[in-house]
Amino acid sequence: MAFYEMLDRNGSVRECYAPVQHWVEQTGIGGLNRRLEEAEAIFRKIGITFAVYGEGGDPERLIPFDLLPRIFTALEWRTLEAGIRQRARALNAFLYDVYHRGEIIRAGIMPADIIYKNAAYKPEMAGFTPPGRVYSHIVGVDIVRTGPDKFQVLEDNCRTPSGVSYMLENREIMTRMFPDLFNQGMVAPVDHYPDDLLKSLKEVAPPACKDDPVVVVLTPGSLNSAYYEHSFLADLMGVELVEPADLYADDGLVYMKTTYGPRRVDVIYRRIDDDYIDPLVFRPDSLLGVPGLFDAYRRGGVTLCSAPGAGVADDKAIYTYVPDMIRFYLGESAILENIPTWNCAKPDECAYVLENLHELVAKEVHGSGGYGMLIGPKATKAEVEAYAHRIRANPSEFIAQPTLALSTVPTLGEAGIVERHVDFRPYCLVGTQLRLVPGGLTRVALTEGSLVVNSSQGGGVKDTWVLQI
Amino acid sequence: MLSRTAENLFWLARYLERAEATARLITMGQRMAILPGAHHREEWKSIIRVTGSQHLFDKDAVIRESDVVEHLVLNGDNPVSIRSCLMKARANGKSVRTALTQDMWEALNEGWRNLESYDVPQARAQLATILDWVKQRAMIFRGATESGHLRDERHDFIRAGCALERAQSVLRLLDVKYYVLLPETDVVGGNRDHYQWQSVLYALSGNRAYHHVYGGVYSPWQITDFLMLNRRFPRSVLYCYDQLSYRLGRLAQWHGQRRECHDSVEAMVSGLAAKTSGDIFRHGLHETVQRTLSDSNRLGSEIAEAYHFA
Repeated sequence: MAFYEMLDRNGSVRECYAPVQHWVEQTGIGGLNRRLEEAEAIFRKIGITFAVYGEGGDPERLIPFDLLPRIFTALEWRTLEAGIRQRARALNAFLYDVYHRGEIIRAGIMPADIIYKNAAYKPEMAGFTPPGRVYSHIVGVDIVRTGPDKFQVLEDNCRTPSGVSYMLENREIMTRMFPDLFNQGMVAPVDHYPDDLLKSLKEVAPPACKDDPVVVVLTPGSLNSAYYEHSFLADLMGVELVEPADLYADDGLVYMKTTYGPRRVDVIYRRIDDDYIDPLVFRPDSLLGVPGLFDAYRRGGVTLCSAPGAGVADDKAIYTYVPDMIRFYLGESAILENIPTWNCAKPDECAYVLENLHELVAKEVHGSGGYGMLIGPKATKAEVEAYAHRIRANPSEFIAQPTLALSTVPTLGEAGIVERHVDFRPYCLVGTQLRLVPGGLTRVALTEGSLVVNSSQGGGVKDTWVLQI
Repeated sequence: MLSRTAENLFWLARYLERAEATARLITMGQRMAILPGAHHREEWKSIIRVTGSQHLFDKDAVIRESDVVEHLVLNGDNPVSIRSCLMKARANGKSVRTALTQDMWEALNEGWRNLESYDVPQARAQLATILDWVKQRAMIFRGATESGHLRDERHDFIRAGCALERAQSVLRLLDVKYYVLLPETDVVGGNRDHYQWQSVLYALSGNRAYHHVYGGVYSPWQITDFLMLNRRFPRSVLYCYDQLSYRLGRLAQWHGQRRECHDSVEAMVSGLAAKTSGDIFRHGLHETVQRTLSDSNRLGSEIAEAYHFA
């Protein structure tokens, strides 16, 4: 049975949801649905959309927004926050280690192969120490709740986790439309995220930077699915949003082309994958990259956020070792549990997976966005067989996890409040210090019974409240 | 500011102005097509020619209003159609979203897929509404720009793009319609030309302004003076040149540097300002329009070069 976050053990409304309950009763379901249309009109007007490729229809879609907030108590947040910060520190320590002495391998805790043979591992980074020893500057930790006191980490995102603009916009819409809900100051604000992001980015300015660091956001361009977020963050930080063609590297320094001529760039918050940032070092066929960028980076002329090769820490096969990393680097035990994961690269675990596939959730190691996964209990026999066939052909490409009883939260339906499954992604910022705004992105599976929260597959978003008292 | 931002802003303004100019042209075409002798003059063909879309038709094809609606309003594959211009204006705006205000963006974004949903008969049935809507998009954008946009170089690139495109659209119109203004055509029959002149003025929203300036009399000299040389009518070529010169002058101040485009625009302004409509007719209206048009094209390239987006 999934835990319904609105109710306690006895079936009464939990205190933290009382104001929302009251609000719903006062406004009525019809009233809320009318307000939802207003909200969608506002989103559409300001252009908060994401692009969907090759499916026809509207090329720029809205992420469905649910009016009812998802709520964490101050106490719950305290645990979450400690767990998230701990994870962000351990993952960065791990990245430093694998690009230097590899102590965790020498200590026999992790096998060398899954690191050094991983496609996300970038040998070009070996021996190089990025400013502040930070590799992943924004760590997005995907968390699910499986019980009143049980939070588990589904996966880590160490490259360029997206979605933070929805956290900010959802709150903006909610405060604009329902100011009364926020009047009592119960809800912790999240609006300082862009300031925190800019501070964190400036803290990792490269050695060559002597003045106030010039920060830019690097986007692949306006056709990218997350382009709205790129421009939104650049705007809120008050920095330039650049495309690769706006930059060039010269003798270890990076410049942007402006109407005044070239201008030095110190810190690049890049929303482009490793493989496409510099055709001289990574994919030579990339039309996107900035030739010489990586050379400038290694020579201390510019800082790349995140560091190339940071993705090795969020790989699904590496994930199973994060609790070990926490113990090894920090000497602590993990505050947030992992989800038990069977790694099909190991023959005994693979055998177990194949035998129990109809009860498990199986995923491609390098997949993302909810694509290429199998939810055993919801799949037909034929689908399970077909997936088993794929696993047998290429076992090291797959992992499997138990089907989780993801918690549900109250969600606005047409006729009343319904329960829908959710997950949660907070964004931990890493500069010379850690910063974490109290909140994050709650994604909700809008289809009844569905466990898939990805926006590309019918998921929606909610405002997430962390109560201050 | 990024050079690409300057480029996007400059072109965004140009595309929006171009969409409006095409809407105005089609409105003029509708008026002219119902005048006596329209078939003989092939009004719609001349409008297709103004926009440089003649390659879409056979040389001898008879062009009707439905062709114009199809290719100059709805056809997303014709780069100069209204639909294409609005899409490009929005795409340029989207990639410099942070350089625009909310209101400016909304003006570009609102209804950006409207024209996709029409077929030709539907669009013809609602042509006046559609063309008004297009003009309104441009006017709302300009209003939002005027009232809310920070007066830094971004603003100057937008206004410069707008002024350059507008000067060119008037010139292109004159280029195709110059024979209407030639005094010799008087012999063909005064009344008809009278209506044609009115239609040209109407297309540029200039009837009333014209009367204010020249009284109720239409003459080729005065209309030419009005559309080329008047410094107070915002759709005259010289007015647009004054605007361009002002905007480029501000850019030179921001940058503390003058470039080739600054000398060119000054020469263009003083060259036109020294002329009378009598001079223009003596040198040939057609030749003058052609030369002015090519000067303005060159200026566009010089601006791009000066600010590193060539």
